[in-house]
Amino acid sequence: MKISRILAIARKEYIQIRRDWHSLLMALGTPAFLLIIFGYALTLDVDNVPLIVWDQSKTPESRDYIERFVGSRYFSVQGGYADNYKHIIHAIDTRRALAGLIIPIDFSEKIHAGKRADIQFLLDGSDSNTATIALGYAEALTASYSENLLIKELNRYGITPPKPPLDLRSRIWFNANAESKNSIVPGLIAVIMMVLSALLTSLTIAREWERGTMEQLITTPVSVQELYIGKLLPYFLIGLFGVFVVVLMGEYIFHVPFRGSLVFLFVMVTIFLIGALSLGMLISIVTKNQLLASQLAMISTFLPSFLLSGFLSTICNMPIVIQYISYLVPARYFVTLLRAIYLKGVGIETLYFEAGLLTLFSFIMIVLANIKFKKKLL
Amino acid sequence: MGLFNKLRKKILKAFLQNAHATKIRSFRRTWYMLIKEFIQVFRDPKMRAIIFVVPVLQTLVLGYAVTTDVKNISTAIYDLDNSEATRDIVDSFKHSGYFNITEYIDNDDRMRELLDKGEVLLVLHMQKGFEEDLRTGKSVPIQSIVDGMDSNTAGIVQNYVARLVAQISNNIFVKRLGAFNKNVGIEMKSRAWFNENLESHNYYVPGVVATLLSLLTLTLTSMSIVREKEIGTIEQIMVSPITPLEFILGKTIPFIIIGFVNVTIILVVALYWFEVPLRGSLFLLLFSASLYLLTILGIGLFISTISHTQQQAMMGAFLFYFPIILLSGFIFPVENMPDLIQWFTYINPLRYFLIIIRGIFLKGIGLRILWPQILVLFIMGVVSLWQASRRFRKTMV
Repeated sequence: MKISRILAIARKEYIQIRRDWHSLLMALGTPAFLLIIFGYALTLDVDNVPLIVWDQSKTPESRDYIERFVGSRYFSVQGGYADNYKHIIHAIDTRRALAGLIIPIDFSEKIHAGKRADIQFLLDGSDSNTATIALGYAEALTASYSENLLIKELNRYGITPPKPPLDLRSRIWFNANAESKNSIVPGLIAVIMMVLSALLTSLTIAREWERGTMEQLITTPVSVQELYIGKLLPYFLIGLFGVFVVVLMGEYIFHVPFRGSLVFLFVMVTIFLIGALSLGMLISIVTKNQLLASQLAMISTFLPSFLLSGFLSTICNMPIVIQYISYLVPARYFVTLLRAIYLKGVGIETLYFEAGLLTLFSFIMIVLANIKFKKKLL
Repeated sequence: MGLFNKLRKKILKAFLQNAHATKIRSFRRTWYMLIKEFIQVFRDPKMRAIIFVVPVLQTLVLGYAVTTDVKNISTAIYDLDNSEATRDIVDSFKHSGYFNITEYIDNDDRMRELLDKGEVLLVLHMQKGFEEDLRTGKSVPIQSIVDGMDSNTAGIVQNYVARLVAQISNNIFVKRLGAFNKNVGIEMKSRAWFNENLESHNYYVPGVVATLLSLLTLTLTSMSIVREKEIGTIEQIMVSPITPLEFILGKTIPFIIIGFVNVTIILVVALYWFEVPLRGSLFLLLFSASLYLLTILGIGLFISTISHTQQQAMMGAFLFYFPIILLSGFIFPVENMPDLIQWFTYINPLRYFLIIIRGIFLKGIGLRILWPQILVLFIMGVVSLWQASRRFRKTMV
């Protein structure tokens, strides 16, 4: 293996990339875009749920109860006020409201008589995540109102209300305020790498085949290994640069806490990047056709690493079969590793399993890419 | 005078005849382009697999993977009291159906280890003397520690724990009141419409249908046209009598058809495998899907005019695909986004298509309520195709 040949190939690839700087810009722009979007726009937290209220009672008590909903940051009265059931149905159908609150006509009487009053709460269940959270808020608000009534009642009888038996002290470790950016930014590094490999390296060899320049390369004394390393080099540097940008942005713009070892992070990034890029090249080598390569890359690298790695949805919430499939997605281990390094501050002593598997993945990819890459015309 | 008229009629007739023949030839040329495209696309068996088999697999996998349901919460119990009271509480957690108790621990180090390794999501901690204090009417602390690496799950788990503890606490409270057991208070009876058990896949599977359709059609359309550019066959096409319009039609119609076939296949999976209820009109659904396809095709066409290589086409497709998917309400609700970005979603066709597809599936609503969204999709589709073909004719000829 001659270094000069490797560098020659790397230089050729670099010139080609630089000529096609649009692609490069898009490839690097995607992670930056994702970072900004996830940092500022995308959240599953629920606030200001539009509520429609049908107050059949129209008493100070009912208004007080409604005020608890509307006055909180969880609900807003955008839904308006209804006079009958049809209003509510229409509001929910047209998405003007996501929830409906119906207060019965005997609300105030029942409360004064010391009896239990029933409230109806209707939800648009289509978006189950928002609905579940909204339901939780509604139940909590109702429970606290109920408790106040009970205390008032007890006071009336001159009984000091006993303290609530269970005092829940709740804490979230590693991410005290459950901020989504702390989960997203580390995971994004993994996604970026898979995206880069899917977009860039998956086309590089297929393109040579399609344009006919591969035959020229075959006639040169360049060996398969030299070609492989030479082509990998520029993309590897681009990938590292991309990761570097994300880490910097994470630190200085989003203030994601970084508690682990920077060295360990970049070592794992290097290993995974080589593996991901090799996978991209493997796809390119095997398909020899850019259209096919792009589709295959999308299916096998991008989509799984986006959706099955734990980046967006938690793996343990998925059905068992899907969980088994996710074991085959290398990005899964990488996301866990990244989040652990960032938020838990642990190193190889805890993450040896994930690190080992990732190294194995990279090794297999490198070997496969080199084996399948044949310097033959057919 | 008569001679002039006769001449005029002759010229007119000749012109019309020619135009008639031109129209027939035009139709035939488009037809041949279509056939050529189909042959090219289906020649490679791998391509056939990608177009027909893979969407099925993807729908299956993604339909299950995209979920925000939280269950099987792996829990460790750190109980230093080991009394009947604490065991009752643990039982309540077990029977709630959400928590999966995997280990009983009795020291801080093990707790730290479990959380560091990510082996449990939740630790419930009860101190020694729990039952004693409870019996003497005191307020007893119970601690919950949640692994915050996945922020969304952490928030939901905390929520579940709080609700369950509040419920248990209330039961004890009522018992403590004893004689003064009044039924004071409000009870909330809730019902979730359209999706009674609040299963998230009923919400996401229709969305997966829409997003898979977008991806496939977008990349196929843009790349197949640019492919001709890159390989060089487009110059051969341009010197043939085929007009730009016929070329565009010949390229886009096959993908409309393929897109349609895909929609049908994915819908079948959604209906019969995931059993997502289809309460509205299937016809309206397919009609809206084709309107949506028009816009996507227009975008694909546009991408092909700005790309010179297939790699650029793929990048371009990605560049459009990402914001369209993420900012459409597919996973993250539009209502939760900052106002500025919400304004942007108004030009996102997927946003409207998602409202339509979810409305038809889960709510069973129809044209009467969905007409604004359908109208917008129609306008978007027509405008995008028209503009894209105009640009195509300018730049490619």
